[in-house]
Amino acid sequence: MVAEMRQAHVAQPAVREAALRSLGGGGLTFWLIATPLSLLVALGVAAFAYQLKEGLGVTGLNDQVFWGIYTANFVTFIGISYGGAVISAVLRLSGASWRAPITRLAEAMAVVSLAVGGLFVIIHLGQPLRVWNMVVHAQISSPLFWDMVAISTYLVGTIVFLYLPLIPDIAVCRDRVDQSGLRHRLYAFLALGWRGTSEQRRILTWGVTLMAVIIIPLAVAVHSVLAWAFAVTSRTGWHSTIFGPYFVVAALFSGVATVILVIAAFRKAYHLEAYIETKHFQYLGYMMMGLGVLYLYFTFSEFLTEGYVLDQEVQGLYESLLVTTYAPMFWAFVIGGMAIPIGLVALPRTRTINWIVFAAALAAIGMWLKRFLIVVPPLAGDSSYTPSWVEIAVTVGALAAIPLFLMIFVRIFPVLSIWEMEEESMVEEPEKRAESVPEFAVAQEVV
Amino acid sequence: MPDEAETESRTAAVARRAVSRRRFLQGLGVAGVAAGAGGALIPLTALPQRERALAENAEDEKIAAHQWVMVIDMRRCTNERDCMSSCRKNHYLHEGQEWIKTYTIETHNIEDPHGHSHYMPTLCMHCQQAPCVKVCPVGATFKSPDGATLVDQDRCIGCRMCMAACPYDVRTFNWDDPLPAPNVLGKPAPEYPVPQRKGTVNVCDMCTHNTRNGELPHCVDACPNQAIFVGDLATDLATDGKETVRLSELLQDNDAFRYKEELNTQPRVFYIAGHGQDES
Repeated sequence: MVAEMRQAHVAQPAVREAALRSLGGGGLTFWLIATPLSLLVALGVAAFAYQLKEGLGVTGLNDQVFWGIYTANFVTFIGISYGGAVISAVLRLSGASWRAPITRLAEAMAVVSLAVGGLFVIIHLGQPLRVWNMVVHAQISSPLFWDMVAISTYLVGTIVFLYLPLIPDIAVCRDRVDQSGLRHRLYAFLALGWRGTSEQRRILTWGVTLMAVIIIPLAVAVHSVLAWAFAVTSRTGWHSTIFGPYFVVAALFSGVATVILVIAAFRKAYHLEAYIETKHFQYLGYMMMGLGVLYLYFTFSEFLTEGYVLDQEVQGLYESLLVTTYAPMFWAFVIGGMAIPIGLVALPRTRTINWIVFAAALAAIGMWLKRFLIVVPPLAGDSSYTPSWVEIAVTVGALAAIPLFLMIFVRIFPVLSIWEMEEESMVEEPEKRAESVPEFAVAQEVV
Repeated sequence: MPDEAETESRTAAVARRAVSRRRFLQGLGVAGVAAGAGGALIPLTALPQRERALAENAEDEKIAAHQWVMVIDMRRCTNERDCMSSCRKNHYLHEGQEWIKTYTIETHNIEDPHGHSHYMPTLCMHCQQAPCVKVCPVGATFKSPDGATLVDQDRCIGCRMCMAACPYDVRTFNWDDPLPAPNVLGKPAPEYPVPQRKGTVNVCDMCTHNTRNGELPHCVDACPNQAIFVGDLATDLATDGKETVRLSELLQDNDAFRYKEELNTQPRVFYIAGHGQDES
């Protein structure tokens, strides 16, 4: 087994080169992108510091609309995280051989967006420094307690899920860098003495599979309890029995869309065209389309049943959503966020990388709008809510933090899962091994 | 006076613990929902609370000797809004932070085609099955043994989940710095949360700081039309500040109802229907 692997390594220097390309010092492009992102993050942190000092009065919130875009961001970012983790887990469990080049980015995005999204729990508090009360005075009847338990468990889960398949690649890094440097010590520590023995590989495969099995129900739980924080109230527009699954599908839909955006960006930035191919976008596009159709169906079902009875409060809410105040946003979500992305993937003519990435961007934006529409209109009634500059700055900062943290991540760890890609090409297409090198060379020349 | 104040806040603390315990037991049903990590947390936090609640139960019983309710006679309300200003002044609240607020309700129906309006003072309903108490993640909102729903602003984290859960939209938030206020009790106590704490939720405290001393709630005292009664289920008495009546008769004879009864929140505020026709 080990001998076979060594052989594979020799035959596949290109995979390693591509996966490790992101490591170490960044070029000019890195800094051109990282600098503005860092500035935006700094601005968001400064805005939060200002809010911490002045209190929530600096937001656009009021006694009627007491939850706003912070809550929408919280749901959005955690939804994205969920998508990343579950996509990777489903692909692993179903043994989809094409998954190898995209699982690393999907799993990293799951951790990063969860960490950023989780912060919004604290950002939106009136007394953020008392968040510890949630532990020392925990009340298990509160849906926010369920949230805390589910999200913290899920955070540990996603980190382990990212880390396990990373171990063999960390060992590759360990063996390549200067043996006396700090980096070597970090890699050596994290590699846990990985030598690639068959026993180690057996344990690792078992661990990764186990985590893939665990992460799916965990993610379903996280997004369900998030939905229930709304659904357990008697408020019209929130008190819905389908909210659990409705939120789970929303998370998957927006999550797949974001995975598409992330792999498109990193494919371009690190010239991974030879590994992340059109088919990856098409397969992910199909998943996005299926989930989009499912979400459209859920939305229709929710609006039809409530709208058919049309009690007084539903009438008020649906008028504001479909006809008046929030109608532009609502129809932008239905048409721009669901119908168009579904159509773009459904039509063979637009099933190209560019169009699929465009569809994913529309879906991701549309789903943020949808979260805003879930949170704000049921609260607003006759009153209104406009986010303040502080809320917008914190939101933009959080949005910038996700690509920035991912960029930092791939400077330390390989952007592709080396061992899995080598294993795939070894097991699935042994005859292609020889061909793949010249193929890549051609791709390189084009770039 | 300081000694009394200390006793007051201690009894409140006891009340909170007693309620926490009851809620803890009720919450066992949902324990299955909470994932494994939750299991480790529960004994740490819930057990000490339970023991203290048992040890100091005698003080709970003393508070529970009265069971406060409010009765609002809408036949008498002419929207003078003196209840609102008195409540704000005595609790040092910003304008707009209304613990009691009169709404004008327009009615049109088949028997009354031209329609009419009536005034409906709303305040915390002090529900027996309070949704706000159920959803609070830190036990800052709790039921006092005498029936009031109170907020411990020293514990509240300001998540506003209680505002989301409240079907009556009566809770407000301290978005900005509170008005300067004399700190009578030495610190804000749930029965008299003055001065308010920025970044926490606030709501009608049923003037338990007054009723426990045999005084009227400020809104009852201020109403020029005697439209608001404070009542005690334990002694079956109610008073509008001028006359005292049998609470049960007042409710039965006038077909009193509770707001959003169908939600099963079991409010402690009763309404008598009308539209200001009994102006005195």
